[in-house]
Amino acid sequence: MDTTLLFIQFLNGMQLGVLLFLLAAGLSLTFGIMDLVNLAHGSLYMAGAFICASLTFWTGSFIWGVLLAIPAVALVGYVTEFLVIRHLYTRSHLDHVLATFGLILVFDTSVHLIWGSQGIAVPLPAFLDGQVTLFTDVVFPTFRLVIILAGLLIAAGLYYLVNHTRIGMLIRAGASNRTMVSALGINIQFLFSMIFALGAVLAGIAGMLISPISEASIGMGNQIIITAFVVIVVGGVGSMKGAFIAAIMIGLIDTLGRSYLDTIFKLFMSSNAAETSAPAVSAMLIYILMAVVLALRPQGLFPPKARG
Amino acid sequence: MLKKLLSISLMLGVSTISTAAALAGEVKIGFVTTLTTPAGVIGKDMKNAVELAVEQMGGKMGKLDINLIIEDDGFKPDIGKQKTEKLVKQDKVNFVSGFIWSHVLMASRKTVLDAGTFLISSNAGPSPIAGKLCNKNFFSTSWQNDQTPMAMGEVLNQQGVKSIYIMAPNYAAGKNMAAGVERTFKGKIVGKDLTKWGKDAQLDFSAELAKAKASGAEAIFIFYPGKAGGAFIKQYQQAGLQGKLPLYTVFTVDSIALPKLQKAGFKGVLGSRMTNFWAPDLDTPQNKLFVSSFKKKYGSYPSFYAAQAYDTMYLIKSAVEAVDGDLTKKDEMRKAMRSANFPSVRGKFTYGKNGMPIQNFYLREVVADADGVWTTKIIKTVYTNHQDPYVKDCKIK
Amino acid sequence: MMVQFLKNRALTFIVLGLLGTVPLLMFWSGSDYLSLATKLVCLCIAATSLNLILGYGGMVSFGHAVFFGIGAYAVGIPAYHSVYGGMDLIATSNGFFHIGFAIVLAALFALITGAISLRTKGIHFIMITLAFSQMMFYFLLSLDTYGGDDGLTIDERSQLPFISLDNSVHMFLLSFGALLICLYMVHRIVNSRFGLVLQGAKDNEERMAAIGYNTFAYRLTAYVISGAMCGLAGALFANSESFVFPELIDWTRSGELIFMVILGGGGTIIGPVIGGIVFIVLEDVLSRFTIYWHLPFGIMLILAVLLGRTGIANWFKSDGAIKKPAEGNHE
Repeated sequence: MDTTLLFIQFLNGMQLGVLLFLLAAGLSLTFGIMDLVNLAHGSLYMAGAFICASLTFWTGSFIWGVLLAIPAVALVGYVTEFLVIRHLYTRSHLDHVLATFGLILVFDTSVHLIWGSQGIAVPLPAFLDGQVTLFTDVVFPTFRLVIILAGLLIAAGLYYLVNHTRIGMLIRAGASNRTMVSALGINIQFLFSMIFALGAVLAGIAGMLISPISEASIGMGNQIIITAFVVIVVGGVGSMKGAFIAAIMIGLIDTLGRSYLDTIFKLFMSSNAAETSAPAVSAMLIYILMAVVLALRPQGLFPPKARG
Repeated sequence: MLKKLLSISLMLGVSTISTAAALAGEVKIGFVTTLTTPAGVIGKDMKNAVELAVEQMGGKMGKLDINLIIEDDGFKPDIGKQKTEKLVKQDKVNFVSGFIWSHVLMASRKTVLDAGTFLISSNAGPSPIAGKLCNKNFFSTSWQNDQTPMAMGEVLNQQGVKSIYIMAPNYAAGKNMAAGVERTFKGKIVGKDLTKWGKDAQLDFSAELAKAKASGAEAIFIFYPGKAGGAFIKQYQQAGLQGKLPLYTVFTVDSIALPKLQKAGFKGVLGSRMTNFWAPDLDTPQNKLFVSSFKKKYGSYPSFYAAQAYDTMYLIKSAVEAVDGDLTKKDEMRKAMRSANFPSVRGKFTYGKNGMPIQNFYLREVVADADGVWTTKIIKTVYTNHQDPYVKDCKIK
Repeated sequence: MMVQFLKNRALTFIVLGLLGTVPLLMFWSGSDYLSLATKLVCLCIAATSLNLILGYGGMVSFGHAVFFGIGAYAVGIPAYHSVYGGMDLIATSNGFFHIGFAIVLAALFALITGAISLRTKGIHFIMITLAFSQMMFYFLLSLDTYGGDDGLTIDERSQLPFISLDNSVHMFLLSFGALLICLYMVHRIVNSRFGLVLQGAKDNEERMAAIGYNTFAYRLTAYVISGAMCGLAGALFANSESFVFPELIDWTRSGELIFMVILGGGGTIIGPVIGGIVFIVLEDVLSRFTIYWHLPFGIMLILAVLLGRTGIANWFKSDGAIKKPAEGNHE
C-alpha cells in the first residue's frame, strides 16, 4: 500500500475530526450540563461562516474576519439563549426538538434574507493558500494543516478550562449532578448562558474554518449537525474526552472509508458493483458504528463519571 | 380551531374564485423551479430570464396576455408535484415548464401529461424521459444528461489525453455524467469516485483529491453542479493541482459560480475547459440580444440555466402564435413546437421524436472578458447536430 | 369526567367530519385539492402510528419515516416489475399483495431494529432509530435499478376490486377509511390491558417491571404495530403520488412526524390528525404568499412551545389547565 497516500489521508481524516470536535464540544456541553437537545447548534456554525465571510470582505483579511467574527457569534449565541433557549431548560426533550427546529427555520430564512441564496466563497491570504511539504513527497494544503493545529490547540484549551479552572469544576459538577451545582449557590442561569455562548463560539469557529474550503451556504449546519450528534452519542454524552476521541475516530473512519472502501470491495466483487456499493456503504459507516456502540454499550465509549 | 379551519377554507375558496375568473384572452404558463435552499440561486437566474423574456414580448404572445405563475419546489420531489398539481388543477395552466431537477420532473410528469397539458423541461433531462417514458406532449429546451459528457469524452480523445480520473456525485445524474464520458473516451480511466450527494452532500474532497493526485492520471473530469462546484474548484487550487492535473468539467463552472470565485480570487478556474450546448459568446442574433439585455438588467452574465429558461418562453410563444391564440388546437401547437421554429439563443436546431433537441455541442474555456469579468468563451465545435442515445427506446413515431 | 369524555369525542368527530367532507365538497364545487388531502390523510396515518409509541409509549423514534419509505417502496418495486418484468416472485399489480407486502416488510424491519433499539433509552433511543433510518436511506439511494435518488415512477397503481386508485375520489376515500380504521385500532389498543401496561411503562417502568410485566415485550409489540401501520400509510402515499423516492426517509421527514404528534397533542387519539392538518395546511397556505414562509412558520413553532400551546387537542379540555408539557423521555 502507498504509505504516502495513507499518511495524507490520515491528515485529511484528522482535519475532519477536529472540525467535528469543535461542533460536538458545544453540543456535548449544552446537552451534558443543561440537558438541552439543541438541533439549532448547526445554525451557529452557519452563522459563524456567514459573519466571518462578510467581515473578511469588509476588512480585506480572513484573519481579521475570524477575530471579529468570534465575539459576533458569541453575541448571536447569547441572544438566542436569552430569547429562546433559556425558557426551554425545564421542558422535555420533545419540546427542545420542536423549538430548536423552529430556530433552524428562523436562522436559515434570516440568512436567505440577509445574504441571498447564492452562498459566499471566502478567500484566503496567500500564505495560507498554498501547500507545505512535510517531508519528501508528502505535500499537504497549508490551510488544512492550520485547521488541524487550531483544532488541537482549542481542544487543549478546553481540556485546561474543564480540568483546571473553577468554571471547569462547575462544568464537570454540572455534567454529573446538576442540582448539586445550584445547591452550591452558583448563579446557574449565568453559568448556563456563558456555556451556551461558549458552545456557540466553538461551533462558529468550525464554520469559519470550513468556509474557505467549501463555502458559507444556507443549511450547511443542518447537514453536519447529525454527524455531531453521532459523535457525542458514540463518545458518551457530556464527556469532553469522549467527544474528542469519537470525533477523531469518526473523521478517520469517514475519510479512510471514502478512500479505500472501493479498493477493498474490488477484492471480492466486480469492479462495477464495488463502484456503486462502496459510496453507499461508506456513507453508512458512521451510522453502523453508532448502532453497534449503542447496542453494546448504550452509555457511549467514554461516559462522564458518576452521571446520575 | 373551527374558526381557524373555516378561515383557511375561506382563503382557499377565495383563491379558486379568482382563478376561475381568469380572462379567456390569456395564456397561462406555470414555471416550477427552486427558489429556496442554496439551490435557489439557480432558480433565481431562471426566473430572471423568464421575466426578461416576458418583458421583451411586451407581456403578450400573439394577441394573448401572458399570465406567468412561478412556483418553488423547495428541491423536494413531492413539493414539486404538489405545486404542479396546483398549476394543472387549480390554475389550469396551458403549459407547465421549468424543472431543474430530474427527480422533481420525474415526480411531476404524470400529473401534467395525464391532463393532456404540455410539459417543457427547462433543464432536467433524465434518460427515461428521452427513452421509454417519452411522450408526445413533452419538450426540452436543454439537453439529455448523457450528451454533454459524451462531447467531453470526444474532446479528451482529440487532445490526446491517455488517462483520466473521474469524480461525480453519487446520484442518478452524476452516474449519467460519468457514464457519458466513459462512453466516448478511448483512454484509460485510472480511478473514479462517486461522492455522497443529497441534502448532506459531501463538500470536502480532500480524500478524493489526494487519491486523484496519487493515481497518476493525466487529467481530471468532474461534474459538480451548484455549490459543490465552487467548493471543488477552491480545493483543487488549494491542493496545488492547477497545471499538474488539468481540469475538465461539465455543468460545474458557469455564470453562477464564476462571480463568487472571482470575488474570492480563485484564479485556479481560469483556463479550465468544459463542454456545453451554449455559451454567452455564441454568435446568434437571439443570443446577442439575450446576453446584452440580461447583463443590462441584472448586472451579470446569464447562466446556461437562464438561457434554457429564456428559450422556453420563446418556444411557447411560437406555439401560441401558430394557432393565433386558439389554445384548444393542441395538435397544431404540438406541430409548431416540434418544428422548433423560434429564435433560439443556440441558433437553429431540430427536435427528435422524444422532444429532445438535436443540437451542437461546444468546447468552452474560462476567460476574463474585455472588462476583466470572468466568463466562458467557445473554443470550438465538438458535435454538430448531436442526438441523445436513448431516442431508440422511444416508441412514439 | 363524563363531560370531558363527550367533549373529546365531539372534537374527534368534528375534526374527522371536516377532514372527510371538506376536500370532497371542494372537489365537487370545482376546486380539486383531493391529491393534497390524500397526502395529508396518509401523513395523518403515519403520525397516528407514531403517536402509539411516542404519545402513549414514550418512545421518541427519530426515524419513523423509514417505515413510511419501506411501505412506499413495497408498492413501487412490485409495480415496477409488473410493468417491466423480472423478479417474478413479487412482480404483480395486485393491491392486496402491495398493501400486505408493505405491512409485512415494515413490521419485519420494526421487529429487527426494535429488538436492538429498545434496549436503549432517552437520547440513545432517539439516535439509534435515526441511525437505522439513515442506513436504509443510503441503501435506497444506491439502488440503481429503482432509480436511486431520481426516484421510481409507479406506472400502474395498485389494482383493487370495485375501486380504481386512478380515480382521485376513490383514492381519497380509501385513505380516509384507512385512517379511520387506524384511529379506531389505536383507540382500542390504548384502552386495552395491553395499552394500560404500555402507558404504565412510560410513566414508571420499574414499577411495571416489579409487578411482573415484561415491559420490553410490550414495547416491542407496540413498536411493530406502529411500524406496520406506518408502512400502510407509505403504501397509500405511493399510490396517491405514483412516485417514490429515497428522500421520504430523510431525517427531517421523521422530524415532521414528531411535530405533527406534539403540535396536535401526543397521547390523544385525534391529536396527530389535528397536528397533521395544521402542518400541511400552513405549509401550503404560507408558501403561496412568500418564498420566505419558513420564517413565520419557525416563529410560530417556537412560540407554540414557549407559550405552552402545543398539544392543540388539549386546548379544549375544560379543567383550565391548558397543557402539561409533553412527556419526553427524560433521563
